Amino acid sequence: MDTFAFLLQGLATAFEPMMLLYALIGVTLGTAVGVLPGIGPALTVALLLPVTYGLDAAGSLIMFAGIYYGGMYGGSTTSILLNTPGESASVITALEGNKMARAGRGGPALATAAIGSFVAGLIATLMLAFLAPHVVKLALVFGPREYFALMVLAFVTVSAAFGESALRGLVSLFIGLALAMVGIDQLTGQTRLAFGVPQLLDGIEVTTLAVAMFALGEALFVAAQGPDGGPGILAIKGRVRMTVQDWARSWKAWLRGTAIGFPIGSMPAGGADIASFLSYAAERNLTKHPEEFGKGAIEGVAGPEAANNAAAAGTLVPLLTLGLPTTATAAIMLAGFQQFGLQPGPLLFASAPQLVWGLIASLLVANVMLLVLNLPLIRFWILLLRIPQPWLYGGILVFATLGTLGVNPSPVELAMLVIFGTMGYLMRLFNYPIAPVVVGLILGPMAEQQLRRALSISQGDWTTLVQSPIAAVLLLLAAVALIVPMILRARGRGDALSQIGAAED
Amino acid sequence: MTPQDTMERRPDRAAVAIAVFLIGLGILLIWDGSRIPSKAGYSGVGAGDVPRLIGAVLVFLGLATGVQGWRNPGPRRPRQQPVPLLWLLGGMIVMVASIHSVGFVIGSTILFTCAAAAFGERRFVRAILSGIGLGLFIYLVFDVLLQLNLPAGPIEMLIFGR
Repeated sequence: MDTFAFLLQGLATAFEPMMLLYALIGVTLGTAVGVLPGIGPALTVALLLPVTYGLDAAGSLIMFAGIYYGGMYGGSTTSILLNTPGESASVITALEGNKMARAGRGGPALATAAIGSFVAGLIATLMLAFLAPHVVKLALVFGPREYFALMVLAFVTVSAAFGESALRGLVSLFIGLALAMVGIDQLTGQTRLAFGVPQLLDGIEVTTLAVAMFALGEALFVAAQGPDGGPGILAIKGRVRMTVQDWARSWKAWLRGTAIGFPIGSMPAGGADIASFLSYAAERNLTKHPEEFGKGAIEGVAGPEAANNAAAAGTLVPLLTLGLPTTATAAIMLAGFQQFGLQPGPLLFASAPQLVWGLIASLLVANVMLLVLNLPLIRFWILLLRIPQPWLYGGILVFATLGTLGVNPSPVELAMLVIFGTMGYLMRLFNYPIAPVVVGLILGPMAEQQLRRALSISQGDWTTLVQSPIAAVLLLLAAVALIVPMILRARGRGDALSQIGAAED
Repeated sequence: MTPQDTMERRPDRAAVAIAVFLIGLGILLIWDGSRIPSKAGYSGVGAGDVPRLIGAVLVFLGLATGVQGWRNPGPRRPRQQPVPLLWLLGGMIVMVASIHSVGFVIGSTILFTCAAAAFGERRFVRAILSGIGLGLFIYLVFDVLLQLNLPAGPIEMLIFGR
């Protein structure tokens, strides 16, 4: 069967009433967490993992993907109206979007963000559907050493290639890898780093780590900054619609954003935040209205919003075809697959085509739902922003601890919640990124297994790792992704320092 | 110790503390990895070797962090408010310590109220009442309806009988 047939079959699955309900719950929750500051899609999926334990596998995964997509839509609302991004991929949107809202053009800004997200989500999901079978074919020739090289590349791009410091990214990653070593070694059954504590034998739960670091760590950090009046919510003036000129200026930006976002998401090259940043840079260079940039240019909202949605869809390519998560949300979704005994990868397309294609097709459905949720119903979501901060964070924490309390309320697990939460706070305080810890915890054991398998096959010969061309190229890319940004930063730092010096004169 | 003092010297101290932590963690991994009998099999890499490798990298990263913090201290960090931190962390710890005896509803009420207080809420009666309301609602939905096994205490016994 070709992709079309599979996709049609998937649509049949996606239109089952229960699946539609799961998708609707997912996109609604996703939009809500996207709108609310301090809680993102990664945390939400982590919270829901324990709750969905007894539910249907396909439905739960459709819900998780809906949350991921919805988070990308909802984040723009907060960026535009509040100037505080609801999640990291919408930081760029705040630059132009908030200026537009201040100038009384909040309606068109929200409209171009929502429609751009829709266009990008639709195109990128179709690209995912048509690209995935090819990557699966490629993945079939992958052996342990290729997988190991791929994971090394993912480690580097998640931790060191982007962000302000390679050192801090690597520290985060290796803390995650160190935590990943806790528990029973899967190849020999040896106990590692458990120190005689039986609860540690199973290793550290991804959900516990994610919830503690994202929810508790974030809450501690925000609380420690002291009471903050914050900028008020800007009312939407006029209607949420665009003029002919807005359309004319937006559509190219949407398509460019999609073209930038999807490849970045699908290669292990960083997540949606990088894509939106690059799209913004592209729009600023290509615009015919350079004077408007920084003062509310609609392209600066349309492009990045399209890019972050396209990147979210792109992230699903390595996740579904290779089992390789490249963002924190994807890493936790991988934990979701594993919870249902499913291992994403080429085999999944053969063993559970209905599930995979149902999931992909339901993303198309989710996109339509999200357009409805985010255009006509936008005013309802803005009400969420009026929840007072104390109540919001109180509620977030109660929900955040719910999963751990429900599944494994052992004193050890609860103590880990507090310890990792404090660690998440300290890491935020000292500018260490959180996502590499989560990705390291999930990918660490997989990378170790692939490495040891590869070395078993070669009988301990380490040169085997670079003897296959694919593995060698991937490792080379990883080295480039590690070294080039370091050089760029070393040079850029000089410039930045001189600028600071100039500003102080 | 005045605030100014700590502000001036904090970046260096923080980097040194992080460096010590990383080196300590690295040594822990190396020690634990060495404790495991080496049965490397065909691969030449046994259960203890990867932890030792990660430990070595952590020691190196710790040294690099220390050196970098020594050479150019990082930017000043925003002043941290200790009172909200204590509220939040305290609420978390009390909840974690007492949840098995007081049950989910009271535990989450404690957490909710302390978290709200950390973010400046001073109307405690309202906060406690809404905490109880939220706790009951979550218990009803997740324990009674979705069969997630939440810790039960006196209140849960009284209302839901389990």
